[in-house]
Amino acid sequence: MDAQPVIVTQNVFKAFGKNKVLQGFDFKLMEKENVVILGKSGSGKSVLIKCIIGLMKPDAGSIKVFGEEVTQFNTKQFETLRAKVGFLFQSNALYDSMTVRENLEFPLRRHAVSSDGTNMLDLVKEALGNVGLEHTIDMMPSDLSGGMRKRIALARTLILKPRIILYDEPTTGLDPITGKEISRLMLDIQKKYNTASLIISHDVNCVKIVANRIVVLIDGISYAEGTYQELIQSTDSKVKQFFD
Amino acid sequence: MKIDTVKVFLNELGKLTQFSLRFFLEGIKPRYEFNEWARQCFFIGYQSLLLTGVTGFIIGLVITIQSHPSMEAFGTESWLPSVVSVSLVREIVPVITALICAGKIGSGIGAELGSMKVTEQIDAMEVSGTNPYKYLVVTRILASTLMLPLLVITSDAISLYGAYIGVNMKQVVSFSLYTNQVFAKLNFGDVLPSIFKSFFFGFAIGAIGCYKGYNTEHGTEGVGRAANSAVVVATFAVFLIDLIAAQMADILHIT
Ligand SMILES: Nc1ncnc2c1ncn2[C@@H]1O[C@H](COP(=O)(O)OP(=O)(O)OP(=O)(O)O)[C@@H](O)[C@H]1O
Ligand SMILES: [Mg+2]
Repeated sequence: MDAQPVIVTQNVFKAFGKNKVLQGFDFKLMEKENVVILGKSGSGKSVLIKCIIGLMKPDAGSIKVFGEEVTQFNTKQFETLRAKVGFLFQSNALYDSMTVRENLEFPLRRHAVSSDGTNMLDLVKEALGNVGLEHTIDMMPSDLSGGMRKRIALARTLILKPRIILYDEPTTGLDPITGKEISRLMLDIQKKYNTASLIISHDVNCVKIVANRIVVLIDGISYAEGTYQELIQSTDSKVKQFFD
Repeated sequence: MKIDTVKVFLNELGKLTQFSLRFFLEGIKPRYEFNEWARQCFFIGYQSLLLTGVTGFIIGLVITIQSHPSMEAFGTESWLPSVVSVSLVREIVPVITALICAGKIGSGIGAELGSMKVTEQIDAMEVSGTNPYKYLVVTRILASTLMLPLLVITSDAISLYGAYIGVNMKQVVSFSLYTNQVFAKLNFGDVLPSIFKSFFFGFAIGAIGCYKGYNTEHGTEGVGRAANSAVVVATFAVFLIDLIAAQMADILHIT
């Protein structure tokens, strides 16, 4: 395989005052690959992907997305980048003053109508179809269940057909069955659109289903790396604790 | 200890100023969020109209009833409409309207943006290629800056009608005589500065509400705190602007 790396981070540092969160994090995400970053709560997983998408700036180190150094990006450059990189927020971040349809149309405002002339409503319907929730189009996010909201948020992330999707704990807070449904959905989408996914999680069920490769984040560095089968046999107690 | 408090205050003031100045920098650049602005005008203007209107009516009525005995004691009863209308239009109605809006609009914006901040909706906007400052802040500040003077003007009119009813409770004055008396004393120099300062009231209320909401921290608990301090700071700002406006009017001899 001659897959190209789509995200490369090198020696990324980030601290909040005395709280050192990332301390030289190195990692690579290849094309069409699903990588899970496993780490305890508060270990800096959300901080890491926020640095990748430019919602936070790392203190030091390099982050390359599609080969471009994003730490030096200006607002315009980030705008272009963000059309190609989707972000699923830990809290869904659906706009609660808007209907599902308006939520999905929001990312389209900027990037206008796609070049092949498909109109907004078709794109919205297609995205909702991908997550199996066409009937919710005129509902408000507050009228939906947690699992449905997560799927709507996923549909909103998909609507621009990003080449990379960053998932921040997609299954946290959902029951195990819904969690598995979401995990399978992520896999289906990855196959359908050939995206690369960076998934942050500490849900072993989700990891088992989606991960091609796992990176364990401990003490701000990439502590261990491997497939699920490899890591589950690890003898290191720090790694083992995730799989008990 | 005291130095720290001063430092915190000045620091906050600096950030608020910076935040408000961004309005002018980003507001003039296109893409204009016209729909969101219109929606905000509706929320801020139309939905406050009943509240400020009723208050204006009551204030006009009450001030007239209260002033009546002392004016009567001096035998200057016939001056009642002109005296009352000047104090209503110049000071009482603009300030009361602004205070109501500081409460209603300031807390509304503070809580709305605050909850959007803590549930990452503002980050989500940024990620989906919309400048959240433009979409959320510029539209709201602009709407409240433009709507407040309109609310003040309608409240002025309604309060003068309230005063007319107040005058008629003790004596019979025809509406045309009343309006003649009012407009004999009330001139441009009374109305214009009060409308002028309303723009500043509106700007301050919008900017402070947005600033507090946009910078909310510490989860849902912070939302309540943001809304609360938006009201407190906006209320204080209204009085401060009123004081400055009174001094300016005096210096410029707009009396
Ligand atoms: N804006 C911020 N200001 C100050 N500290 C922050 C900020 N954001 C995150 N932190 C700190 O960084 C550390 C890592 O936070 P982060 O949100 O990345 O954790 P996480 O790994 O995503 O955890 P979880 O699984 O609970 O989401 C925490 O100690 C947190 O307090
Ligand atoms: Mg997190």
